[in-house]
Amino acid sequence: MDALKQELKEFIIEQLNLEDVNVEDIANDDPLFGDGLGLDSIDALELIVMLDKNYGIKLTDPKQGRAIFESIDTMAAYITEHRAN
Amino acid sequence: MKQVYINSVASISAQKTFDNAEFLNDFIDHEAVVFPVVNPDYKAFIPPAAARRMAKGIKMSIVASKIALQESGLDQVDAIITGTGMGCLRDSEKFLSALIDNDEQYLTPTAFIQSTHNTVGGQVALELQCKGYNFTYVHASNSFESALLDTKLLLSNEEENNILVGGVDEIGEHTFKLQELVGHVKKEPVKASELFESNTSGAVYGEGANFFVLSNEKQNNSYAELVRVKMFNTLPKDQLTETIETFLASHNLKISDIDLVILGANGDADYDDYYDILSQGVFKETQQAYYKHISGEFNTASSFGFWLAAKTIQSQILPAVVKRNDLKSTGFKTVLLYNQYRNENHSFTLLKQC
Repeated sequence: MDALKQELKEFIIEQLNLEDVNVEDIANDDPLFGDGLGLDSIDALELIVMLDKNYGIKLTDPKQGRAIFESIDTMAAYITEHRAN
Repeated sequence: MKQVYINSVASISAQKTFDNAEFLNDFIDHEAVVFPVVNPDYKAFIPPAAARRMAKGIKMSIVASKIALQESGLDQVDAIITGTGMGCLRDSEKFLSALIDNDEQYLTPTAFIQSTHNTVGGQVALELQCKGYNFTYVHASNSFESALLDTKLLLSNEEENNILVGGVDEIGEHTFKLQELVGHVKKEPVKASELFESNTSGAVYGEGANFFVLSNEKQNNSYAELVRVKMFNTLPKDQLTETIETFLASHNLKISDIDLVILGANGDADYDDYYDILSQGVFKETQQAYYKHISGEFNTASSFGFWLAAKTIQSQILPAVVKRNDLKSTGFKTVLLYNQYRNENHSFTLLKQC
């Protein structure tokens, strides 16, 4: 689980071009959107595609994203439970 | 019809040109087949959250736009007009590569929404919060001139009063490889200072963003008056001299009235003959300047030439690094720019001291 969380942080920093953010700067329970890391709706689309591409998880209801992408903890938990690859 | 003035300039180029207090004081003698840009501190101009999705061309343009707007003394412009030959090439390549690599699956939005030619104009408008006329001209090496012509018409007809106009192009890795493959780029690195002695095929490439605020009201610190810009898609070699003479005559000018001719020669032995016709012909007794050995060649490199002309007229100084002959004008009152790329998209741009 810890390796997955590390992987997610690295992906978010690299894929979403968070130039001034390091892996250590993101706590596992930090909010990813809004006041936390400050991600926005376009980032949410990037994360949905990432779930499909990297873990074989298709989100049929985008509204699910709100809970799944709340933090690194919630993302890792969802991926662990639903991953296909 | 009102006259049109260049009220501010800004340049991001392969030289340290982003500081308007300087004028090519320190020449960087690049040795390469593509000249890299001297980057300003982008973070000082663009909030990190906004910058993270911006490719090089957008960042360069926003910084140049902000410098130009600041220098103009205006809070806002009425319109933003952009010229770009290739648009946001890097994100186009990124999106298309992902399309191929992922077998048309898993396509993400960021690169796609930033990949269109008018992304630059849109992003500059967002940064400046300008909700006015916004247009992008994409016409190979006449892209900047097309933007300039629209700007001039709008200002002359008083449809707008202050316009931000610019030219921008960025290097895209894949596209550059294709340009190398078809022989548009020199095969060996060339020193900037020796480009015109290389006598080889192809050009040395570059990238950059040059933005200007043009207005139909003259200011005390206006750089120059933009008298006219004229474009030709094709122009036979044997008609070049006569066409320039006719162009000047339409403004009651003769060749001898031109204090400085700025030519867009790029050191390509196969295509610089147009410039040679002029430099060794009618403009033999005129002071001459070249600039693509310091900017590199790109579709909107002529906007760097425009920047050079404006700075020269305002300062009445022609930096040694761009001088092409030893003739010295008594002053730079009337300056003509001529540009073409691979014998296509010719342009004449006439500027006057104001």
